[in-house]
Amino acid sequence: MTQTNHIGKAPNRVDGPLKVAGTAHYSGEFNVPHLAYGYVVSSPIAKGKVVAIHADEVRALPGVLEVFSHENVPYLAWFDKSYKDQIAPGGSPFRPLHSPDITFNQQPVALVVADTFELARYAAALLRIDYEQEDHETNLETKRTEGYAPGGGKTGFQAPPPPRGNPDKALKNATHSIEAEYAHGAQHHNPMELFTTTVEWRGDGKITAYDKTQGVYNVKNYLMGVFGLGKDEVRVVNQFMGGGFGAGLRPQYSVFMAVLATLELKRSVRVTLTRQQMFSIGHRPNTLQLLKMGTNPDGTLASLQHHALHETSQFEDYTENIVNWSGMLYQCENVKLGYQLAKLDIYSPQDMRAPGAASGNVGLEVAMDEMAYAAGLDPLEFRLRNYADRDQNVDKPFSSKKLRECYKQAAAKFGWETRTQKPRSMRANGKLRGMGMGGGVWDATQTKSAAKALISADGKLTVRSATGENGTGTYTIMTQIAAETLGLPLEAVTFELGDTDQPEAPIQGGSWTAASVGTAVKNACDALGEKILKLAQKPADSPLKDAKYDEVEFVNGQLRLRLDHDQAVVLRDVLQASGETQLEADSSALPNMLKQQGYSMHSHNVAFAEVEVDEDLGTIKVTRVVSAVAAGRILNQKTARSQVLGSVVWGLGMALMEETVMDHKFGRYVNHNFAEYHIPVNADIPHIDVIFVHEDDDIVNPLGVKGIGEVGMLGVTAAIANAVFHATGKRVRDLPIMLDKLL
Amino acid sequence: MSQLLTRAPASGGLPAPVPTGPVRLHINGETQTLQLAPWTSLLDALREYAHLTGTKKGCDHGQCGACTVLVNGRRINSCLTLAVMHEDDDITTIEGLGTPDNLSPLQQAFVDHDAFQCGYCTPGQICSAQGLLNEGRAHSEAEIKELMSGNLCRCGAYVGILDAVSEVANSQGEMVK
Amino acid sequence: MYPFTYSRATDVADAVRDKAGHDGSAYVGGGTNLIDLMKMNVEQPAHLVNVAKLPLAKIEDLPNGGLRLGATATNSDTAWNEQVKARYPLLNQAILAGASPQLRNAATNGGNLMQRTRCYYFYDLATPCNKREPGSGCSAIGGFNRIHAILGASEACIATHPSDMCVALAALAPTVRVSGPQGERSIAFEDFHRLPGDHPEFDNTLAEGELITSLDLPEKGFAKHFAYLKLRDRHSYAFALVSVAVGLEMDGDTITDARLALGGVAHKPWRDHSAEALLKGQHATAETFGRVAAHVVANAVGQGSNDFKIELARRAIVRALKQAAEGKQEAGDVYLGGQ
Repeated sequence: MTQTNHIGKAPNRVDGPLKVAGTAHYSGEFNVPHLAYGYVVSSPIAKGKVVAIHADEVRALPGVLEVFSHENVPYLAWFDKSYKDQIAPGGSPFRPLHSPDITFNQQPVALVVADTFELARYAAALLRIDYEQEDHETNLETKRTEGYAPGGGKTGFQAPPPPRGNPDKALKNATHSIEAEYAHGAQHHNPMELFTTTVEWRGDGKITAYDKTQGVYNVKNYLMGVFGLGKDEVRVVNQFMGGGFGAGLRPQYSVFMAVLATLELKRSVRVTLTRQQMFSIGHRPNTLQLLKMGTNPDGTLASLQHHALHETSQFEDYTENIVNWSGMLYQCENVKLGYQLAKLDIYSPQDMRAPGAASGNVGLEVAMDEMAYAAGLDPLEFRLRNYADRDQNVDKPFSSKKLRECYKQAAAKFGWETRTQKPRSMRANGKLRGMGMGGGVWDATQTKSAAKALISADGKLTVRSATGENGTGTYTIMTQIAAETLGLPLEAVTFELGDTDQPEAPIQGGSWTAASVGTAVKNACDALGEKILKLAQKPADSPLKDAKYDEVEFVNGQLRLRLDHDQAVVLRDVLQASGETQLEADSSALPNMLKQQGYSMHSHNVAFAEVEVDEDLGTIKVTRVVSAVAAGRILNQKTARSQVLGSVVWGLGMALMEETVMDHKFGRYVNHNFAEYHIPVNADIPHIDVIFVHEDDDIVNPLGVKGIGEVGMLGVTAAIANAVFHATGKRVRDLPIMLDKLL
Repeated sequence: MSQLLTRAPASGGLPAPVPTGPVRLHINGETQTLQLAPWTSLLDALREYAHLTGTKKGCDHGQCGACTVLVNGRRINSCLTLAVMHEDDDITTIEGLGTPDNLSPLQQAFVDHDAFQCGYCTPGQICSAQGLLNEGRAHSEAEIKELMSGNLCRCGAYVGILDAVSEVANSQGEMVK
Repeated sequence: MYPFTYSRATDVADAVRDKAGHDGSAYVGGGTNLIDLMKMNVEQPAHLVNVAKLPLAKIEDLPNGGLRLGATATNSDTAWNEQVKARYPLLNQAILAGASPQLRNAATNGGNLMQRTRCYYFYDLATPCNKREPGSGCSAIGGFNRIHAILGASEACIATHPSDMCVALAALAPTVRVSGPQGERSIAFEDFHRLPGDHPEFDNTLAEGELITSLDLPEKGFAKHFAYLKLRDRHSYAFALVSVAVGLEMDGDTITDARLALGGVAHKPWRDHSAEALLKGQHATAETFGRVAAHVVANAVGQGSNDFKIELARRAIVRALKQAAEGKQEAGDVYLGGQ
């Protein structure tokens, strides 16, 4: 019996007890001595200039330490590149407190620092600022003809591939065709934790920033660039992040503000944004999509055309991959994809869970539903007829793709066969019932990561890598990988993360953490394992004498020959006999380009949703969702399931309620709070079944994992929108589908 | 178009901050005296003055439930009440329900059902669930869902939260439907 | 938040005296709306008088057969009071449809009446608002007004009163008892809240310094035939787009008495006497309900993003009347939608 095979099981989160007991410390929860509090003042206008800041009035209040603004910020880095973080898009990054120019509403224009939070908040309210207002434009509708194709710039962005075949001719000759426009407004990440930074002044120009971020190294490098700090002068820590969803990929102005104040005041400072200010730090952009499709007589796709236009700021070309997925999810010889941006007087959008894909997927998968109906086909059957066995965008086979199996298992679990095709043909509980489906694709990536492993003489293993934990289960899966690699129980392993004193790991996002950091952790543990093997082989009578590393395995606290389990040594005995108090090994991991170059590597999913619609009142209740995901190997069934459950909730929110509304007169978001920007509550969420379809894939990475943070969100929104159509016969193409759209 | 937007200065000069005074709070069975001004919310008193950071700030406006604590056994949002208003009350925070080494039944159920991801809303969810059990009004899954809807979870752990609360409610004989 | 001094009142007279002795002061009960607004710098009281612990938390029978709801009883305690559940189930359901359990545990009955109207712009100091700054203009008119009024609005203000509890109260028509520097008086519930007119800065008709001490419900509770129907943008913990409170008395299928009030549609809980008159003596049929619903919204005016509310209200009234006539909604410990 092997007790140390942890990968693929469902252990509880190792950090669970800390989280449920309230003892996990988030970035605003480090009680450093002599702490001052900063409160950000935000612009009430969208465009113009700060003419005067009457700071002296509030500086005079006892307990107010300073008012920082463009008028008094010290010399900071001058060149754009100093402000560019690892995933900055093209353009000039926003520089807080840099100039009197206002380029978006809620732009931070000052920071008030005081002895207490309450006083800083009050002083911020008192601070009089004179503005000169200029005309602004925040409405994407006015820019329909002013879209432009962005250049490169942002890591991970790929311009759409050139057209293939003859999409226009094929559309013209198609047996059936559709053309429709889809839209959704801005959406905000709204993690539960407010953006907060506690900067500890360590004296002598040295600081530690406890920052809410998905990438401690990204923040550290940014701070070094902007403030001219040396490597040893700034340490960035984030051991627990109260949700990110992309909001913490780039350094936010909260960390800039807190560091600025700390360096200037030589005193520890905490800056916490308000929930209202959380609507000024990036968002999923307002997007318009035009889809054209046509089918051949046999129900295969003759032509597929997908064009997207979304907003960006005046200063950056924020990009995301919206349309590319449409060229690879289905087999089609004639494809045209287009992607454009339009500049508005808003803050730059920011990657938000399944960036690009979540948006494009709604267009593609609702259009597929419309096309299926136009062609007289069951939506699932239509997708099966257009199943892609190759990624036609790059003309390569998939390293693995079990989407067909996802369709099969999820449809069976859902009971898709009970569905009648005709809209308005199903009823239940006095309401119209609808069933819909949608699926998606997300890329499986691995990026460079490093890790360090240390084992003490008593057999306790510690592994470190500066990755993040924002709810994805990083502590747990890394503990599982490390423990399994060295044959230890989970309790004997501690994984530490989120500290720039640790080996570098990439920003946590894009669903690449498990693959990237997981591989680095495994490599570091293997490097340590090789050292242990050498120690084990020292005694003349070692049963492992002459064994190579790949001929041994670590299991149940022992090191033994793979082919002869009786030839074994106890790990702790080896360590104790060695006389060493601690062994350590560093390693890093890179994707195996040679192995991967011939393949397209992606995860896939499908979601089936059932809704009940009260036809008189327009109310929609999602009654069931089944989601099936094929994402290589699942490291932890429990935490992975939670990620997919959460993704379904996100998909439901996007379908039915999430929208940040801009009042174009003011160029300002009006529902910038949790009372009127609705995210789903418990009562909105139905029973959800999650199915993982296992894929063996040794091409993506040695662990065989593809990541699941994003893929689970795809398909869900479209499935619900399609279910609403099936229930009501009404096709709503502008999200969210609120009750008034069904009246 | 050019328009000046200027906030009118407060009449009669700037109102001066009100001095602090001792405020006695009974938190998790212990009495603490904190130096607070009236404008300190119970939430900020807990987090910034008593250094009990298990109670979370998610919106500061009663719109998310992350700050839920129990006052005399009843769940409330600690962000929308002032610390000075609670001198005679028994305040229980997440730290008072259990510790990592000695979890309460609800805390353990949350771990077992993976009823959270990032963990930030979790203390509020658990205090809210404890309040729900104290109230004894939820007797079905639909009722638990409704009565747990004052706590947002952006990670979307609602299925796990329902399962965790149901399990404990069941074990206490609360579920009848 | 602006600074303020604080005191805790020991009895009603003490509270009234204390408030009168401080310029720019306010009573605070549960604080769930006032403190919210203070954090937004919308309300800037210089002094708070805590009335939450005054001996006004009782719910007790009145000699005239009615029920007295103490002003400082919490919304939760009121909803779950056995008398309320048995005799005024409409109130029970309306309270439980509002806010969240945590807010209902803190919010008091008096405070529920005192909550300010809800409007994005009222809460946002970056935008003009006649309610906040009389004469500055209404940003909601011509702006985003999904949650705004379709009935009784003015050119100065189109905000809506956000309470659910008060919609049921509008139908049940209690008397609001108040104490103030000039002594005690009673206000008919209907006269308590006001329409915006030219003075949207005033949400109610209380005189300076007056404190609500109780809500006195009349005997008639419509316990057999009632409905509270709330429609919103998610299934819980959201303000009503439209809500409907209905109380009927029936003789067979003939309606002998009726109450009808709407929430989410006006600056105050919207009771429609003429609609009630139209219902009296009629058979409880779809035709009757449709006619009455059309009557209620006949003078409704949309503002753009809330145009849908007119049709939604019409349909919701029909549904709520039907539910009330069927008498299937029950008082409970939880509100599960009433749909």
